Amino acid sequence: MECVIGVVGRDFAVVAADTSAVQSILVHKTDEDKIMLLDSHKLMGASGEPGDRVQFTEFIQKNLHLYQFRNNMPLSTAATANFTRGELATALRKNPYSVNIILAGFDKDAGASMYYIDYIATLHKIDKGAFGYGSYFCLSLMDKLYRPDMTVEEAVDLVDKCIKEIRLRLVVAPQNFAIKIVDKDGARDYARREIGGDSPATATATIATTA
Amino acid sequence: GKSREAKERKAHFIASVPQHPHADDAMIPNLSALENHFGAAAAGSDDLGALFSADAADQLALEFPTCNDFDGFQKATKEMVNNKKGTTTLSFIFDKGVIVAADSRASMGGYISSQTVRKIIEINPYMLGTMAGGAADCQFWHRNLGVKCRLHELANKRRISIAGSSKTLANILYSYRGMGLSIGTMIAGFDETGPGLYYVDSEGARLKGSRFSVGSGSLYAYGILDEGYKFNMSVEEAAELARRAIYHATFRDGASGGCVSVYYVGPDGWKKLSGDDVGELHYHYYPVQAAPVEQEMAEAPSAST
Repeated sequence: MECVIGVVGRDFAVVAADTSAVQSILVHKTDEDKIMLLDSHKLMGASGEPGDRVQFTEFIQKNLHLYQFRNNMPLSTAATANFTRGELATALRKNPYSVNIILAGFDKDAGASMYYIDYIATLHKIDKGAFGYGSYFCLSLMDKLYRPDMTVEEAVDLVDKCIKEIRLRLVVAPQNFAIKIVDKDGARDYARREIGGDSPATATATIATTA
Repeated sequence: GKSREAKERKAHFIASVPQHPHADDAMIPNLSALENHFGAAAAGSDDLGALFSADAADQLALEFPTCNDFDGFQKATKEMVNNKKGTTTLSFIFDKGVIVAADSRASMGGYISSQTVRKIIEINPYMLGTMAGGAADCQFWHRNLGVKCRLHELANKRRISIAGSSKTLANILYSYRGMGLSIGTMIAGFDETGPGLYYVDSEGARLKGSRFSVGSGSLYAYGILDEGYKFNMSVEEAAELARRAIYHATFRDGASGGCVSVYYVGPDGWKKLSGDDVGELHYHYYPVQAAPVEQEMAEAPSAST
């Protein structure tokens, strides 16, 4: 089941998400990127129905680009969150998108920030958050271990603890996770946490090396 | 959203047109509580006759089968009929190109309606599509995609990419989402960037990958495919893996069967490699062995001697 996690540190934010594309009991693929780089300093981690997820995040991304082309300046993270919420709210009474979003960004003036937006268009500014079944295990862990002045290493360590707990306790735990980061230098891939490879033969090999 | 609402309203409107020609007749019981379930049944036995009689000519000839939740009814019906996608199709990328394979059975519930269906659709000489789900939906939208790809080619003087064509299809399917289409397809082929493979379905999903299987037999096919897949293979080896995966899927999945078609798409376009009857494949893979005799008739010792 889908898991999206986010943590804000002192001058950065980390977003982690599973990379499984699942349909009923079948895992279609284990390297599906669910964290989109909206622009140079924004990350959008999304979960939900695959069609909606891709269509909606691409729609938001293209609109941000359009705004930047027209006005020669990017939209701030807060403005992006409100724009996204607005689009979900408009769609909600017509043809709702089933997507839940963790939006993280870095602005020159405001620094790093993160927003929780769900499919019924709830908007919260948060400094730690999670979606999906994984959230039941992560939220308590993050409540206990989170500090606002964490370094990148400490935050990624917290995310790793969350992933570990999900893998330990969640029946339908996803295999692989992607971790991305956004700070003053921009939004980028940080790491991947993978168990198993592309086929059973390589899977056993990787498990053997990590054990 | 809008059009569906309008449809629902229309359905209810048709149902609320006077269903009882003698509504003020005291002899006719008031069955209004029964309406919105099934038009004809709700109208009562008296009206069933009236439906076909001459004085009902100005009435609607056919009652609209309405229900409380038209969209939900449609979705439930669709899932009941089509969720199994009685089929096995697979496709994978390897170092020499792409392999596409499928069975050839069409079923209507438990009835096998055909054993000779072409589930691999030739979109153009460099691109193939596979068919799982509603046969008509798949055939229609693949043909439609073929038209769009050809027009793209004429307008731009170059072939459309696999990414581009699969996205064209995905966007169409996404726009019809929830309206009853049932399609699970793979778009595979070769373009300027090399081999390409996408999974596209009527729920709006579009996934890029190196290995997919779709249909009710896909889980069985995945078992064989995942176990035997390597990136470096000869075309023959790859074709045999695909054939074997489909064969084993048809062996376990009742809704798959017929023949196994295997296509290869390389830099010079697609080529059909084989089409084998799964029955013959079975005896090829598992030749009949003479069973050891458990008991032999022997001359019974005669009592007289």
